[in-house]
Amino acid sequence: MNNHDHRSAQVKTPSIYPTKTKAQITIIFFIVIGFYLYSMVKTQQEMVGGFNNAISNMWNVMLKFFPPNLEVIGAVWPPMATTIQMAIIATTIATILTIPLALLSAQNITTSKPLYYTTRTILNILRTIPDLVLAVIFVGLFGIGVLPGILALIVFSLGILAKLISETIEAVDMNPLEAMRASGANSIQMIAYGLVPQVLPQFTSFVLYVLELNIRASVVLGLVGAGGIGLILDQQLGFYNYPNAMTIILVIFVVVLTIEYISNKIREALI
Amino acid sequence: MNTQTLPPKPKVSIWKKIKRALIVLIIIAIYVWTFVGIEIEWDRALERISRNFGVVIPKLLSPDWSQLGKVSASMLETIFIAFAGTFMAAILALPLGFLAAQNMSGSKFIAGIGKWILSAIRAFPNLILAILFVVAVGVNAFAGVLAIAIGSIGMLGKLYSEVVESIDMKIVEAMEATGANKIQILFYGYLPQIIPEFLSYAIYRFEIDIRASSILGLVGAGGIGTMILFAANNREWNEMGLILLAIIIVVTVIDFFSARIRRKIV
Repeated sequence: MNNHDHRSAQVKTPSIYPTKTKAQITIIFFIVIGFYLYSMVKTQQEMVGGFNNAISNMWNVMLKFFPPNLEVIGAVWPPMATTIQMAIIATTIATILTIPLALLSAQNITTSKPLYYTTRTILNILRTIPDLVLAVIFVGLFGIGVLPGILALIVFSLGILAKLISETIEAVDMNPLEAMRASGANSIQMIAYGLVPQVLPQFTSFVLYVLELNIRASVVLGLVGAGGIGLILDQQLGFYNYPNAMTIILVIFVVVLTIEYISNKIREALI
Repeated sequence: MNTQTLPPKPKVSIWKKIKRALIVLIIIAIYVWTFVGIEIEWDRALERISRNFGVVIPKLLSPDWSQLGKVSASMLETIFIAFAGTFMAAILALPLGFLAAQNMSGSKFIAGIGKWILSAIRAFPNLILAILFVVAVGVNAFAGVLAIAIGSIGMLGKLYSEVVESIDMKIVEAMEATGANKIQILFYGYLPQIIPEFLSYAIYRFEIDIRASSILGLVGAGGIGTMILFAANNREWNEMGLILLAIIIVVTVIDFFSARIRRKIV
């Protein structure tokens, strides 16, 4: 009798997930899969020869890129340098412009609600526009060259940087500042010894992060005529000169990895 | 006499001073290199802007509503590309994520290889991948899907591996001690710990991919970028205004819902 009870209790052990949740998850799962399959069908509509043909073709085409023509590395370096320079200038200017913006969009500094929400909204809208779209518009305004690229990078990184830094400022511990005021510090001393030391490591780390993003972004800006290495990549692809294009891609790859490595090391040391 | 003196400043060792001086020197050198190296053609740019500003900006701000049908169709295609790409990446990143997690792959060496592969993938900008896939599978949206998928694996794999590395092994041990078998441990020990965060990261990546896929068309990989390219080449700034508006609205709406879903999951 006792044994039987024990067994029936074991059979009826309820699942840890309630039935309703299970049903919900199943439905969501099928919706996601369904939408995925539909997307796959939709995106392959215009494909000539269908999926299988494309995949078998891919290997043949990829082989055209190899071996990369390493003789052109000398010619690839100057535009690569321009690309890095564009990113450095853009990051510097964005960093300077971001300070007032970050203060304006930090709730504990900007006590005026309308001002705070206006800055926030503008920054949010800025962040939704992809960098390359900005570059297209600036190229339309300024013509082909380095300047539209730099401007696009500035606007793009401003949105990200101001958001990250304003969040850091909002997380600042106000107690040391109050203690300083209580012991008779003036506002400049409060900012210099109370606020800046708390924000600076994060600030530097975010600036380096944005520099990384900008270098990645500036690599492709040339594709729309906004200067840098993307321009010659576009040309070489236009001439169907795939080994040269591969060299450019490899140079980009190495530079991005190197800068990411250095910036990671610095950031680890900072925080 | 009770003169007030400030507390002494903390002593800085000589090595630290040398290090600081070196850092300052390096930064100055970088800036000198930058500003000497770059060539900005100010005259031409200023002449252009004075001519274009009054034409382009007002047109951008008054969108051409007659193109609404075309723009929404290609915005929809952009969403399809991003969704299919993110979905593929979310699945394909699983093995790489586990490989790069030290507590799963067992050895530091194998995890190192996994991490290296993931950061190598991350080093390729999305658009470069798109160029490669356009050459490979032709000028169509599927090239965009592949570019998004491969591009997202790098970041998702890295985030997955961090989640797996932070698994609480005590739960697994407790289950082992109470006699659970391997499959039970997988379903009730590992999965409940990792699935919410995996999903949350995949949804976050979808947000990024929506932005990324809206520019893929600039290299021929489908989506609304194709329209951006045509509008810019034909200087149809009214149409560009509508495209911009479409991107801003769609990205904002998707960001909003994705943030809500993620808050609910984790």
